[in-house]
Amino acid sequence: MGLLSDPNRRKALTSLLTRLNTPICVVCYLAGIAWFMGLAFEPFTLRTYMSENAMGSTMVEERFSSGERALSTAREFAAQKKKVGGMPVDWLVKTMQARGLEVFTQSFSRNLPFPDESKERFMVRGTNVYGILRAPRAPRTEALVLSAPCSPGNSNNQAVGLLLGLAQYFRSQIYWAKDIIFLVNDHDLIGMQAWLEGYHHTNITGMEYTPLQGRAGSIQAALSLELSSDVITSLDLVLEGLNGQLPNLDLVNLFHAFCQKLGILCTIQGKLQRSDWDTVEGYTHAAQTMMLMVLKQASGRPWGEHGLFLRYHIEAASIHGINSFRQYKTDTTTIGRLLEGMVRKLNNLLERLHQSYFFYLMPSLTRFVSIGYYMPAFGLLTAILLLRALDLWVQLGSPTAVMEDGVGDAEVQSSPGVLSLLTPVVISHLTGVALYTLPVLSQELAVQHFPVSETEAVVLTAIAIYTAGLALPHNTQRLISGEGTEQGWKVLKLVALLYLAVLLGCTALINFSLGFILAVTLVPAAACVTPHVPKALSAVAMVLLSPGCTVLYCIFLFQELQEAPVTLSEGWMLFLSVISQGVLDHALYGSLVYPLLSLLVYPCWLLFWNILFWK
Amino acid sequence: MAALGCKWDALFVLALASLMLSCKGDDLKKSNDYTESVSGGEQSNPHAVKADDLQQNEADGHEGEERDGGGRQWQPTGVWMGEGPEHGETFTAPPSKDQFQEEMVLRPLHSGDIYASFQFRTQWDTDFLHDGNKASHYRLFPKSLGQVLSKFSVRELHISFTQGYWRTMQWGQPFIPSPPGAELWVWFHHTVMDVDENWKELTNVLSGIFCASLNFIDSTNTVEPSASFKPLGLGNATDHRFLRYATLPREIVCTENLTPWKKLLPCGSKAGLAVLMKSEKLFHSSFHSQAVHIRPICKDWQCTSTSWELRQTLNVVFDLYTSGQGKKEWSLFKMFSRTLTEACPLASSSKVYVDVTDNKGGELFDLTPASPLVSTAVVLGDRRTYSVYDLTKKETFGQLRSLNPLLRWKRESDEMLRPLLHAERYVSGFGLQTGEIHTCIYNNHPYRAYPVLLLDTVPWYLRLYVHTLTVTSKMHENKPSYIHYQPSKDRVRPHLLEMLVQLPPHSVTEVTVQFERALLKWTEYTPDPNHGFYVGSSVISALVPSIVAMDTNSTHERPLFSSFFPTKEESSYFMRVYTEPLLVNLPTPDFSMPYNVICLTCTVVAVGYGSFYNLLTRTFQVDEPSTPLAKRLANVIRRLRGVPLL
Repeated sequence: MGLLSDPNRRKALTSLLTRLNTPICVVCYLAGIAWFMGLAFEPFTLRTYMSENAMGSTMVEERFSSGERALSTAREFAAQKKKVGGMPVDWLVKTMQARGLEVFTQSFSRNLPFPDESKERFMVRGTNVYGILRAPRAPRTEALVLSAPCSPGNSNNQAVGLLLGLAQYFRSQIYWAKDIIFLVNDHDLIGMQAWLEGYHHTNITGMEYTPLQGRAGSIQAALSLELSSDVITSLDLVLEGLNGQLPNLDLVNLFHAFCQKLGILCTIQGKLQRSDWDTVEGYTHAAQTMMLMVLKQASGRPWGEHGLFLRYHIEAASIHGINSFRQYKTDTTTIGRLLEGMVRKLNNLLERLHQSYFFYLMPSLTRFVSIGYYMPAFGLLTAILLLRALDLWVQLGSPTAVMEDGVGDAEVQSSPGVLSLLTPVVISHLTGVALYTLPVLSQELAVQHFPVSETEAVVLTAIAIYTAGLALPHNTQRLISGEGTEQGWKVLKLVALLYLAVLLGCTALINFSLGFILAVTLVPAAACVTPHVPKALSAVAMVLLSPGCTVLYCIFLFQELQEAPVTLSEGWMLFLSVISQGVLDHALYGSLVYPLLSLLVYPCWLLFWNILFWK
Repeated sequence: MAALGCKWDALFVLALASLMLSCKGDDLKKSNDYTESVSGGEQSNPHAVKADDLQQNEADGHEGEERDGGGRQWQPTGVWMGEGPEHGETFTAPPSKDQFQEEMVLRPLHSGDIYASFQFRTQWDTDFLHDGNKASHYRLFPKSLGQVLSKFSVRELHISFTQGYWRTMQWGQPFIPSPPGAELWVWFHHTVMDVDENWKELTNVLSGIFCASLNFIDSTNTVEPSASFKPLGLGNATDHRFLRYATLPREIVCTENLTPWKKLLPCGSKAGLAVLMKSEKLFHSSFHSQAVHIRPICKDWQCTSTSWELRQTLNVVFDLYTSGQGKKEWSLFKMFSRTLTEACPLASSSKVYVDVTDNKGGELFDLTPASPLVSTAVVLGDRRTYSVYDLTKKETFGQLRSLNPLLRWKRESDEMLRPLLHAERYVSGFGLQTGEIHTCIYNNHPYRAYPVLLLDTVPWYLRLYVHTLTVTSKMHENKPSYIHYQPSKDRVRPHLLEMLVQLPPHSVTEVTVQFERALLKWTEYTPDPNHGFYVGSSVISALVPSIVAMDTNSTHERPLFSSFFPTKEESSYFMRVYTEPLLVNLPTPDFSMPYNVICLTCTVVAVGYGSFYNLLTRTFQVDEPSTPLAKRLANVIRRLRGVPLL
């Protein structure tokens, strides 16, 4: 730090940074992107390994054999479901009781803020059924959860059947050290949310539910099962949870170890692993898998039932059976054995899963990128913001240079006035607040005056406010404080740069993917904008780099990576539904992406927009 | 409703008050009534002997009741049914000072499981506490325990080791409840000067005797409950300074604890009921609990002198699903892989009871061989019928010279029980900063309210916010009539909360209190900190209105003149309910790489923060090159002279 406390050398360093600012920024940006893309290259990643000793050395022997019986239970369940026209609560209670479990039910109801068009529901009312298998000689302090959703239509019956089959088999074993909760939840995520809130006796989302009667202590881990066919070709592991939280990497290792042992094809992001990492195709494949994970994590929504457990510090993952046209099929008995093995290993745990990583990206099921490797990519991007801020700070801090140039009004420039700074900040944030609150609040009004449904009203109001926000700030700013000064926009930009750097930094700490994606588009916009560039062209560029458009690109990219490309109009429709889903996820499960974008990121972007139109 | 509540409150307080004054005058005599009858083994009247045994059996179930003041004048309510003249000859114990009795109760449970409860009672006629004479002669009483009693001046000692949680909703009430893990409570004699020192040494000694981790009992988990644990034996000690209570919820009970426990028996595991105790079977069960209770009792009718009673109990619940191998039948052999062939020769009585109450007309299960002896008693507030097998009689063993009662289930009964009183406890909330402990107490009595004493011991590292303590029943606040709270001291003592709460009929009373999780010092974490930290069970003690009293319409078993006013001992019974222990996660540092963490933190703090602070707060100026020494000297001289400096 002697370098900085010596004024001469400090001056030399700052002048270097100021002089070479733009090239350094460009290099940083390119290096950041290159680093990120390099993460998918296999030699740069680490091989996964089991960190938890309690799960590593003791291989268990799987003996589950009643897969056929599980399938017949599944058919019975399907018949009962059809008969009742929903969740067959009484049948489930009776069946679980017959298997020797302590059975309890929980009914819940939830009013959605506006109808969910993709799932066609508005007022949700349902009942969860769960049975607790009490471990012998255990004091009810620890539990594991196995869950399967009772989905509408014909899907997921096999999952419930297998769950009940496993319950019967587990009941006759003596080695359990933790209670096992078998949960069949109604209305997928909403039911799961109700159950979890009931179990932990909290109320974060305004759900109405009846209190739970039976509990089994603190839940150590959970597995959620989705199976819709009698045989499957592969099992897909879903990790991404609410707000981009991920389960401990050991849970992934556990799944992979048993898939290997039992010879089941296993995938992540629906993509099989390839062995030819040194070819272009191999690398592209890994990069696609990793990008899918990044996009899913950035969305902040739970991608399976397990996603809601993570909030409660319960390691959880969803296992999804896929039946495609491959030759090689796996039967229910083998899946049952996989689950038996996983649950037995989890049962052996002495402590919660904590040994392995919580922050990682996976280019394939056996390779991972830990936080230490991916954070530099993000750090390089945010460094640009700091460098630009430094540049501005130096420019602002040396008025002597301006004096020597003969521009006389240094007195006026040195005090840009708090008001002229505060006005754009406050106004952009008010726009953000409007974007956050108005769509849901004004849906009734919109439905009365325009021929749209509630959902459309919400989405279109959001887009309208978003667009109106573009016109607001600079107009108002001119109205209130008259002419802006040269010094003024520089101070404002300095503030905005630091604000964006802090904002992205905090976001990336919690949800790396979201932070990184936002940084990729917002950083160039923030770095380049000044009032002196050609207005029309840069306005278009700014809009293209705004958070809203970022979401749109992500949708196209996601569809492309999933090998289901969409046309522009389909993409637009998807965009609309993603916005409504984002608002709903926030209301139903407490996902933070929508408030983050509307209350913080969008206002921050508006500040830069404001600078572009500085008078 | 409120008036009724007050009345019951008052009654309970009265009961407590009478307890304080117990064993003076009248009360002493009352207690004599009871102890006389249980210790009267030498009488030759067969009827009397049987009645005594029955009483004994009932007393087992009523362990707590007799401690609760009025409960002492307990009377037999048993009726002998299958009594014939052929049982005229009875076993008479040798007239000696010490006595030993053994018995086992088998109860087929509602869920299809089976509950086996052993009780061994050794009576030791010596009185070292009063006379100051050292006890040196031991016959049946184990010397190891006798020496401990005299050395540490123990009045009463209760210790239990339990593996598993008693499932009240499926199994009903246990005869002697115990919390998961180890529990120890001791009343010291009032002559003890330094109770804490005695307690500390005692726990260490017991730790050695029972091969258990009782040495982990220290001041941070020891409390002195003011009302929940009263002496069960003789004595008027009510000053709770002489009481110490501690639980170790983490204690794991296994064979190593069973072996020393078996060694305390006069016959060991060589003969009598104890041959059944093979650990590979006892620990292949849903619930296992073993206990030792020592208390002073009256030796004779007048209670002129006292003697010691050692009661060893062992409770096991066998699981229908895992050990039944698909068949719904139980036999002694199936449960213990042994059968009974003889009584312990030192025992004055040795019996096996099988609960056949629910088997009216033999529709629930078949019991073979059928026993000619049947006894009825009010156990835990309910009238129960038992088949009795007397092991001291030859004909019990039949042709095969072994006794192997077989119980075959005929139908299933799967719906859960609704016990009159039960409780559950859990931690709510998420995150590692705060949380809330919920204790739900269910009163399932249809029309009677009754008070319960709730004892909560919480370790210091959960900092209770007592101002958030709420007690609600039926959506209304329920103000406890008695609260005893002792705040914790960090690293010294735990929180102690005792409350007397009135439970309205047919209600759930919820006691909640918020807490904050403390950040421990890094050496204070256990080797497995991510497992979590245990909070011991809450204890709920209550006088519960009995099922017998509920049934006011039953006149077919009793004469009319006896059934209008409920008698005290039938109207309510003492019950203790333990909730499940809690497992709470505390904020835990990442111990897997402490070195990295320490290095990183130090670097960030020292280099990053320090120098940035320096840069931000200082103003930097270019130093003028220092003046040469000669010039400075010249300046000093010039200043003295008053001329301008160079």
